[in-house]
Amino acid sequence: MSAHQHAPHAAGEPHGHGDHEGGAAHGSYGSYLLGFGLSVVLTAIPFWLVMAHVLPNQVAGYVIMAFAAIQIVVHMILFLHLDSKSEAGWNMMALAFTVVVLVITLSGSLWVMYNMNTNMMPMSVEDMRQMP
Amino acid sequence: MSADTMTANGGEQVAFYDLDEHDHPEGGSTLLGFWIYLMSDCLIFAMLFATYGVLGHNYAGGPGPRQLFELPLVALNTAMLLFSSITYGFAMLAMNQNKVTQTQIWLLVTALFGIAFLTIELTEFAALIHEGATPQRSAFLSAFFTLVGTHGLHVTFGLVWLFTLMVQIGTKGLIPANRRRLMCLSLFWHFLDVIWIGVFTFVYLMGMLR
Repeated sequence: MSAHQHAPHAAGEPHGHGDHEGGAAHGSYGSYLLGFGLSVVLTAIPFWLVMAHVLPNQVAGYVIMAFAAIQIVVHMILFLHLDSKSEAGWNMMALAFTVVVLVITLSGSLWVMYNMNTNMMPMSVEDMRQMP
Repeated sequence: MSADTMTANGGEQVAFYDLDEHDHPEGGSTLLGFWIYLMSDCLIFAMLFATYGVLGHNYAGGPGPRQLFELPLVALNTAMLLFSSITYGFAMLAMNQNKVTQTQIWLLVTALFGIAFLTIELTEFAALIHEGATPQRSAFLSAFFTLVGTHGLHVTFGLVWLFTLMVQIGTKGLIPANRRRLMCLSLFWHFLDVIWIGVFTFVYLMGMLR
């Protein structure tokens, strides 16, 4: 498996300059600055959208979620140096598994609890006030 | 006695099959292992986000996000964490070029930004608690303090790790083991920034939209 493939590489020297096999790839000044610039833009726009009340609330919610998703991908690629080749693909496999579990956890919890809340009798005065 | 012999025999047999394997260099799989730890940490945060998503609307008659959160402060905090992310990147680049002093300086700058982040967060927490918005006040506040506090705790331990590494680099230089540790902390530090994206989007910004 993967350990057999790059055992000879790792055995010799520590991670040198050109050695991109095995561990995650190294970045460069350019890639870090690009990641930083993109992050600043992708952070500033959602904050501006919310603070200046540009869009209706519902639309703004979806837009800032999209910005967050894009920024997470930017961080993964430019800061965490994730690609399909690092650790012979096992990094990506672990991430894919985590994302699946994460989606099930989040959407499952929200869906089930939302359903329960809307179908149950309100339990308190505060709940009653929040009823649609 | 007989049990010992059995174990010894068993051990020898295993050793026989092990002869085929080549030696595993020290730390050869550390980065993959650390990545898998980060993924499990990610699941912890997924649970906390789910909890916040479920309980985040239960104010129990207490204050809600609109009354409590100050977005300019959160924006400043986000900037601190983002700056610390890129300065850590610069530390890694200096490490790749074998520049010890430069690595140490960038690590120190990263630590300062990290400390600034924690200070701002603790100030915010203190202000909330002073206003009576304690974790005990409502389910929303319990979930909020647990989620944001867990992230802050991660940053705290990241800082402890960072200072430990600075001492280690100071005494032993950029030896292979220290490089490996720096790469692990790099993953950890950037990962915390990724989690923060989720926090400021789902907790603070979405909270203000309610």
